[in-house]
Amino acid sequence: MTRRLIAPGLLLALLVLIPVAAGLGAYPIPTPGVLASVLHRAGLGGDALSRVPESVLWDVRFPRIVLALLVGACLGCAGALMQGVFGNPLAEPGVIGVSSGAAVGAVGALAFGLDALGTWTVPALAFVTGLGTVLLVYALSRSGGRTEVVTLILTGIAVNAFAGALIGLFLFFADTAAVNQITFWQLGSLSQATWPKVLAVLPCAALGLTLAPLHARRLDLLALGEGPARHLGVDVERLRIVLILVVALLTAAAVSVSGIIGFVGLVVPHLLRMTAGPGHRLLVPGSALLGALVLLAADLAARTLAAPAELPLGVLTALLGSPFFFWLLRRTRRGQGGWA
Amino acid sequence: MRLALRRTPAAPARPATGDVLAEAEDLRVRLGTREVLRGVSLTARAGEMLALVGPNGAGKSSLLGALAADLAPSGGTVRLHGRPAAEWTAHELALRRAVLPQSAALAFPFAVEDVVRMGRAPHTCAPAEDDAAVARAMAATEVDGFAARPFSALSGGERARVALARVLAQQAPLLLLDEPTAALDLRHQELVLRLCRERARAGDAVVVVLHDLGLAAAHAHRVALLRAGRVVADGPPADVFSAELLSRVYDQPVEVFPHPRTGAVLVTPRREP
Repeated sequence: MTRRLIAPGLLLALLVLIPVAAGLGAYPIPTPGVLASVLHRAGLGGDALSRVPESVLWDVRFPRIVLALLVGACLGCAGALMQGVFGNPLAEPGVIGVSSGAAVGAVGALAFGLDALGTWTVPALAFVTGLGTVLLVYALSRSGGRTEVVTLILTGIAVNAFAGALIGLFLFFADTAAVNQITFWQLGSLSQATWPKVLAVLPCAALGLTLAPLHARRLDLLALGEGPARHLGVDVERLRIVLILVVALLTAAAVSVSGIIGFVGLVVPHLLRMTAGPGHRLLVPGSALLGALVLLAADLAARTLAAPAELPLGVLTALLGSPFFFWLLRRTRRGQGGWA
Repeated sequence: MRLALRRTPAAPARPATGDVLAEAEDLRVRLGTREVLRGVSLTARAGEMLALVGPNGAGKSSLLGALAADLAPSGGTVRLHGRPAAEWTAHELALRRAVLPQSAALAFPFAVEDVVRMGRAPHTCAPAEDDAAVARAMAATEVDGFAARPFSALSGGERARVALARVLAQQAPLLLLDEPTAALDLRHQELVLRLCRERARAGDAVVVVLHDLGLAAAHAHRVALLRAGRVVADGPPADVFSAELLSRVYDQPVEVFPHPRTGAVLVTPRREP
């Protein structure tokens, strides 16, 4: 019963939170005013606000909200897919180093001022290095068709360290302006949100979010293991490659705008699995929705809790997410009777 | 997307009794550098329950894996439903053979009924038909009592039966079962092998790896005795199970004698009092 209410409930929560978040901030705008302005722009009546609040709303708040929704949806969805592909509840782009891998490409582009593809250069490079990293982690952490938790986490440590070193190297060679830009970006913030940035990540995010739910049923079968999934007619090799591409797309989209925002991809699918069960047909789109909601709420908290100062978003999610990860590790360990 | 872009294969027609559904011919299989099957020829026919027996490492599971199209032959051929195994797509195969692996694992805590329903994945039929197949498979394996429990909360024997229910729900005419009785108690061992026989009587071909020679003698129509990657005997249990042959193959003195009441073949290791 509760299962059926989850998707509509999440949508409703988003519809409520979006106008509230648009109104709150250093320059408060009452929610009715926000709604009136939206209706006005949509050509459905309503009224435009005066010049300043209208500009705050449409040039500052809304791009930021859309970006938070996109990044959150990407992170949540990527987490759900990754846990499904690895058959392991601890897989998450941040934990196993895919986010850092994508960050290497993004930092490289920022540090050396690459712009061959215009605003798409950063996401494109993030995609390339992110994809390389998922493939690497996947190849290294699997043996005999299974992913051992220990191997996965250790591989993540190694990959994170290597990516960190590369990023450090890029910082060393970058000029001061680029270093500032990168440092700020690394904290994981959405404060630089603009419409062009939204457009820059939209293709990756939209493609990834559209492709992901198409594979939900086959992901269920993959939970049985590769052999049984194949026996039930799943082309396992193909599924794996497609999903790894999708994970790389989603991670690149998220990382290239907002740096490494950890733990959303870990916590969100778990919360859903606990309430709605492990079926991927609900889990994959649900994780996108809940991820969007969580990140929107987190970003709202980040920019209002310590106003007028802003808490870095990535710091906030890590602060809340790390204890959860710790709890999850303990629980998984108990379930397996030790790591061995 | 799957439906729109790719032709959905149809389920095959029911085979007639005696049709060869799986056939190995001079089959050789390598795992790493070791040749685990060295020229095996074997057929599995509709309406027949075939038991693969033999000592540890004889190649029983490898043979089953090759018949399932999991292991590629390094020599010889495997034909399934008359066509070389490699020429079928994964989906076509899923409609023709079901496989029970030696151990059942599950990455996420799906409910028992959901696991059994996964067996219906290859079929594109009315939901009511799926429901009926799932219900039948769960009743037959006696797992319907805990249909809503998560798989991860079950005991080893219960998991094994759920895995079998999933395989039965797949309704493939060729059943390949790797030690389906290993984790089961006495009653459920009998239940599972009776089920296998019923499926054979209904026209399926059943190939089952067994360690318990008594169970194989009691339930299988035919046994293939393997040793070191070769079939050393193939025939009805009463013909294959001789004390001399079994003692030699298992490297352990074995006694074979008729059951005092039914006359069925009984096999035990020879033990001095």
